[in-house]
Amino acid sequence: MKVGVIVFPGSNADVDMRYAVEDIMAVPVDYVWHSTTDLSGYDVILLPGGFSYGDYLRCGAVARFSPVMEQVVKAAAEGKLVMGVCNGFQILLEAGLLPGAMLRNKTLKYRCKLSRLRVVNNETPFTRDYAAGEVIDIPIAHGEGNYYCDEATLAKLKANNQIVFRYEGENPNGSIDDIAGICNERGNVLGMMPHPERAVHTWMTSDDGKRVFTSILHTWREKNGVTAQA
Amino acid sequence: MYKAIVFVTLRESVLDPQGNAVKEALHTLGYDEVNEVRIGKYMEVALDTADRSQAEERVKEMCEKLLANTVIEDYRFEIVEG
Repeated sequence: MKVGVIVFPGSNADVDMRYAVEDIMAVPVDYVWHSTTDLSGYDVILLPGGFSYGDYLRCGAVARFSPVMEQVVKAAAEGKLVMGVCNGFQILLEAGLLPGAMLRNKTLKYRCKLSRLRVVNNETPFTRDYAAGEVIDIPIAHGEGNYYCDEATLAKLKANNQIVFRYEGENPNGSIDDIAGICNERGNVLGMMPHPERAVHTWMTSDDGKRVFTSILHTWREKNGVTAQA
Repeated sequence: MYKAIVFVTLRESVLDPQGNAVKEALHTLGYDEVNEVRIGKYMEVALDTADRSQAEERVKEMCEKLLANTVIEDYRFEIVEG
């Protein structure tokens, strides 16, 4: 199993993402530059946080047209696991791999804090190691995480169990229905504003994000008939 | 040569937190008649073309593809002699 962490000009959580994969999944991981036109060697594609292309025009609007994004769309269509965190989530929305769009936080403040989440759907490839309805702490760091979609889309998200994480208690950005993370209909593309890669060791204040990575690993092993190694 | 003047604003149905903050500021300054403020983007796009209808068609495409996110934004534009 090989993981690719896509790096756009302005990505800044790519290193965190790579360390999380190395520490928790212990599988080979590469940084993949945004100009790459071949992702066939990767089983899992991760889009990290940051400020791709300076977030000019809209967050993720320019990154979405990077050469690598055509390949990310292709990988998603092939059923590979694709996860976008923070700016990565914004890029997946702009690319149309996930429905909806991001607005400026309701408070207009950039929020950088530990946020409390509820695992709404623990049957995705990214959340299978969590208990249903479990409450976890994962940090956020964003100014534009106010997820928005129209009523019809929201109804569809609910009907298909595509809401994966909701903020528990305080909603830090004003997102519709307290949404913190959603997946596509097929369940192989996840976007979330909180940073699981920044909560993988107890010294990071929380290690609740760890199981996003173990879930991905277990899903892949199961799919490929690989038994866990010691 | 033409120039496209493009305006992008949040859709009416979408809350505009920046606009609200500015409205509150205007109220604080005593401009009580202000009912609503909507903040948007203004873009000038210089075009290397002599064909006006083609310019209109392509600018519309640019708006749909990149300049506006139609999930949350509306756009309008004018083509002027540049």
